[in-house]
Amino acid sequence: MKEEINEAPEAHENDSSFDSSKKRKVVVPGEIIVCGEDFLPGEGTRREGENIVANKFGLAEEQGRVIKLISIFGAFVPRRGNVVIGRVTDITHAGWLVDIDSATSGFLPIEESPRFINRNEMDQYLAIGDVISAKIWSVKSRGIDLTLKGKGLGKLENGFIFNIIPSRVPRVIGREGSMVNLIKERTGCNITVGQNGWIWIRGSSIDEEIKARKAIELVSEKVHLGGLTELVENWFEKNE
Amino acid sequence: MSTMETSNLTKEKLRNMFAEGKRFDSRGLFDFRDLEIELDVSNKAEGSARVRLGKTEVIAGVKLEIGEPYSDSPDKGNLMVSGDLLPIASPRFEAGPPGFEAIELPRLVDRAIRSSEILDFSKLVIKSGEKVWTVIVDVYPINDDGNLIDAATIAALVALRKAKFPELGKDGKINYKKKGTLLPLAKDIVPISLSFYKLGDSLFLDPTREEEEASDTRISFGISKWNGQYMLNSCQKKGAVSLSSSEIDEMMKIITQKFDELDAKLKSMIK
Amino acid sequence: MTSKRPDGRKNDELRPIKAEVGIIPNADGSALFAFGDTLAIAAVYGPKKLHPQHMQNPATGILRCNYALLSFSVSERIRPGPNRRAKEISKVTEWALAPALDLKAFPNTVVDIEIYILQADAGTRTAGINAASMALAHAGIPMKDLVCSLAAGKNDKELILDLTKTEEDYEEGEGATDFAFAKLANHDEFTLLQMDGKIQPESFIELKKMSIAACDEIYEAQKSALKKVVENNGTENNKK
Repeated sequence: MKEEINEAPEAHENDSSFDSSKKRKVVVPGEIIVCGEDFLPGEGTRREGENIVANKFGLAEEQGRVIKLISIFGAFVPRRGNVVIGRVTDITHAGWLVDIDSATSGFLPIEESPRFINRNEMDQYLAIGDVISAKIWSVKSRGIDLTLKGKGLGKLENGFIFNIIPSRVPRVIGREGSMVNLIKERTGCNITVGQNGWIWIRGSSIDEEIKARKAIELVSEKVHLGGLTELVENWFEKNE
Repeated sequence: MSTMETSNLTKEKLRNMFAEGKRFDSRGLFDFRDLEIELDVSNKAEGSARVRLGKTEVIAGVKLEIGEPYSDSPDKGNLMVSGDLLPIASPRFEAGPPGFEAIELPRLVDRAIRSSEILDFSKLVIKSGEKVWTVIVDVYPINDDGNLIDAATIAALVALRKAKFPELGKDGKINYKKKGTLLPLAKDIVPISLSFYKLGDSLFLDPTREEEEASDTRISFGISKWNGQYMLNSCQKKGAVSLSSSEIDEMMKIITQKFDELDAKLKSMIK
Repeated sequence: MTSKRPDGRKNDELRPIKAEVGIIPNADGSALFAFGDTLAIAAVYGPKKLHPQHMQNPATGILRCNYALLSFSVSERIRPGPNRRAKEISKVTEWALAPALDLKAFPNTVVDIEIYILQADAGTRTAGINAASMALAHAGIPMKDLVCSLAAGKNDKELILDLTKTEEDYEEGEGATDFAFAKLANHDEFTLLQMDGKIQPESFIELKKMSIAACDEIYEAQKSALKKVVENNGTENNKK
């Protein structure tokens, strides 16, 4: 049975923290970002005496009084509500084991499939090696539970998947989806971007699919560059 | 870096792409990625090299030791090619005793080089029947983005070409700090490994890791030129998927042309 | 004043440092660090799932280090395989780096560090620690600080920093003393202290002082190598 996914608006999470107009400073762990009692340590930073200090390698950014750190590298930290793309690795009586490329493995309970699946037809719906677009609904130390109930979620058919560094995902999606939508328009491809860095592309021709992948890889490499939208538009002009 | 196995849909997509002669990096099916060679990666080795094929990187080092000849070849020195798939190169490589691939890689490199007869073993003798040089080549992948075998063979070859004997004192002790002459290698023999991969009905060369993991089978050929003639020196097919007679014919048509390309490139890069 | 050292260096002078980040694309973090002819490369993979399960720690991720000399990194070839010296160095390296890391956010996982010495001219474990420290930061792992390491010592009565192999083998007078130090770059915390030789306690204190001062040079090289990775990607580095 084929489940077609045409649009997946819920699959793109807005990350309003990305704003290329903000000033940023590259910092290494232990480095003093700012000095002053007025500042507050945000994500990725801590206070040491008078100083706000970096906890990780990344871009430090001021948001009002709060100093925040944007990761440029780093493992995917799964959170409830994240949409991820994964590969089925095993089938048990209770559901499917799914590799979502994180330290904790994913599990899709049989009850969380989009429609009723009989226990003896489990492998007909999802077999080992199949790919799904799923939402994380619970994160425990022993496992991550997934669901396929929701718009834009389910088994992915045709196309292909590839991955980028997870911290680049917000940039590939862009503000309110602007970047990924630009790439979709220019290539006519369906694209689903998982928060775990895995991306699915399906287009009407192999050439368009290859182009879409190259565009995404270009964006993910030119991380936090200002004027990236223009760069990508120019790239499309050149690669008609 | 991901350890996620190849998905069904990606494998199918790659199969269709290869059938149309297309690859994600826009190469032709038999095109090699950019080749980079750096010499003298370790000044403690008698010879060493770093080779990059695209993002795949392998380093090789040559050490010379003195030992006894084998009893059935008292007038010949020895060659040993060793190596391992160190965990540094890929999330798929694990610490511990070598798995099959870790054992296979140096063996394939060994046979491509040994069977080409590039090394004159008779010139490695110090005292007939008693003391000979053993040439040891260690190959270490540093980053696995596919096609380690071909890259490792180039690295081993370059390291050997640039390797020099250490000084042998009158007391029989080796002074590694002093370097002497180059090893007795035939100047016009260039052993190269060419590994053909297959997916669906398509054959291709120099896969990326993504392509290699999706492939059904691989066959590696060692090839060189001997007395002006192309010579296949070694061959090994991997895995349980078969090759047809016409596929083998197709490979033989391409192999000499690819050899010439790589041979020319290597000659221009190592003077 | 003429130098008494074979290579003409001042007693508190380090060999030329080389530091580079991102040398192994497959790794989550990677770096190279050299003191003169001693060259170390390090790769970090993780945080990732730890097998077997009984080794997992539900309170935190754990660090696992593997240090090895490549067979052709020394004059007399080292046979590949388990090696007691390497095992000891792997362990002290782990202890040198662990205090800098915060893996509480990654329970049941492991962070694997692989350190290989390509070329050995003494100080290999210290070069390895410096490379590993950069690789850990590059991998986006939460860290209190970077770790700086160097070998200090004595030839007869001369207190010197960053010994070469020749200096390690020195036999005249009081002979050679070799001290491996590591500390957090910006904090008064020593994480590695290992010594062989003959040294008076006062001289040891003096060496400690010299080493702390020299750590600045190492830290600057590490910071610079890390920041270069981002700058090469085209980030506008707006300094505050």
